[in-house]
Amino acid sequence: MTQPLVAIRSVSKTFGEFEALKQVSLDVSAGEVLCLIGASGSGKTTLLRCINQLTPVDSGGIWLDGELLGLREEGGRLHRLTERQIARQRLKTGMVFQRFNLFPHKTALENITEGPVQVQGRDRQEARSEAMELLARVGLTAKADAYPSQLSGGQQQRVAIARALAMKPMLMLFDEPTSALDPELVGEVLSVMKELARSGMTMLVVTHELGFAREVADRVVYMDHGAIVESGSSRDVLGAPREARTQAFLSAVI
Amino acid sequence: MSNAATLAGGFPDLSKLPVARQAHWMRWFTAAAIVAVLLAIGRAFANGQIEWSYVSRFLTAPVILQGIVNTMVMAVLAMALGIFLGIVVAIMRLSPNPVLKSVALGYTWLFRGTPLILQLLLWFNIALVFPTIGIPGLWSARAVDIMTPFLSALLGLGINQGAYTSEVMRAGMLSVDAGQYEAAKAIGMGRLRALRRIILPQAMRVVIPPLGNEFIGMVKATSLASVIQYPELLHSAENIYYANSRVIELLIVAGLWYLLVVSILTPLQMLLERRFARGFSQTAR
Repeated sequence: MTQPLVAIRSVSKTFGEFEALKQVSLDVSAGEVLCLIGASGSGKTTLLRCINQLTPVDSGGIWLDGELLGLREEGGRLHRLTERQIARQRLKTGMVFQRFNLFPHKTALENITEGPVQVQGRDRQEARSEAMELLARVGLTAKADAYPSQLSGGQQQRVAIARALAMKPMLMLFDEPTSALDPELVGEVLSVMKELARSGMTMLVVTHELGFAREVADRVVYMDHGAIVESGSSRDVLGAPREARTQAFLSAVI
Repeated sequence: MSNAATLAGGFPDLSKLPVARQAHWMRWFTAAAIVAVLLAIGRAFANGQIEWSYVSRFLTAPVILQGIVNTMVMAVLAMALGIFLGIVVAIMRLSPNPVLKSVALGYTWLFRGTPLILQLLLWFNIALVFPTIGIPGLWSARAVDIMTPFLSALLGLGINQGAYTSEVMRAGMLSVDAGQYEAAKAIGMGRLRALRRIILPQAMRVVIPPLGNEFIGMVKATSLASVIQYPELLHSAENIYYANSRVIELLIVAGLWYLLVVSILTPLQMLLERRFARGFSQTAR
């Protein structure tokens, strides 16, 4: 069996009294598209943020591409990595936020080149031409010099996807990428994500778009109260859920 | 079926009638009263014991002009020092490191908690505490020679300003959405780079109006440096009236210049605000 790209083992996280994650374990293979579904507060967003180390885990471990994230084992103890080391590990993942979080003082193009030029130290011209290719890929060539405030929500999210891709990540994380969008703008973002999935990108998507999950996901994971309840192909989990909680959630959503 | 057929009758069409102008009697009356009071004050000053010829004569006297230059040089340099310290201290204050945070808190507490004029006098008289200053073994000098009125004023004004500016900067940094830190982290930025590239440029937009305020305050605060013999505008005016006893005339001269300088600064601030409003054009105004 080949090594999974992401290996999550017994990860727990509490916020004060609230147990966001309880001993969660999960594998994601390279090239897989995995959708995380569940009610709000079920821990799916926290799990995503732990993989990107925006939220540090309390216990357990996450390995990305064979490398333990945020921690180093030495002499039978775990040591936290420095901020610099964590920043370097983050380069392997791209993150797309629910609220886009584009940099409002930079144009669409500058948003995309910021990481490659400033963080990765790549050549400015090369970064620009790659950014233009990415803008073409998300269908926004004409908006290269527009500021985020001049773009619709759907356009902003597509720029945000291009910004994450510009870092050439091996894993893309999507945190409810369409939840903040007007209904008529959801489709354009989902079609960019579908194209990305077809291109072979490994994707972890927290979503309420069950249609997208059904169509694109290789695997669907249903979470509830900080634990994985059911996991399997989208046809099984969405079409014929075995667990009562999954059935209840799906019938409430549809 | 047309819409008109479904509407109830009895409501006349008002769309063609003009709206009559209101007569604002109270506004006319209060404006007249204010003009009358201003005229009375003006008359009193015109007939008062003021030799206006002295005002016009000293308005452009070389000593006064040099005083304005010194005032502006000091205001700009001290403000620059204040902004630099303000940014550094604000970053320290928001740092997760408890040592840095305590240092920032202590600095603000000390320099905001004592009068500016007292701090200026302390800097100027520091030679009483440390007759010689320097780095042991490398370099040393007499404090009296180092602590000129210029340097004392710069340190006193700048360090005091830094304590206030740090709070302005902190407010600006806190005003930036937390999602911006996360987005910067997500593309691999460390804390300092994220601050410099993403957070501070956005904070500037919020911070410029209060900083403009602070700078105007600084222009006037330089007049306190007159007590430590720094030859700024007020000090120059004082030197002249010590000689010719035209106290009010020279104070009016200094006042007119302060007003003029501050009047010029306001449009400059608007230019700066426009520069940092990039990308916010639709939301900011």
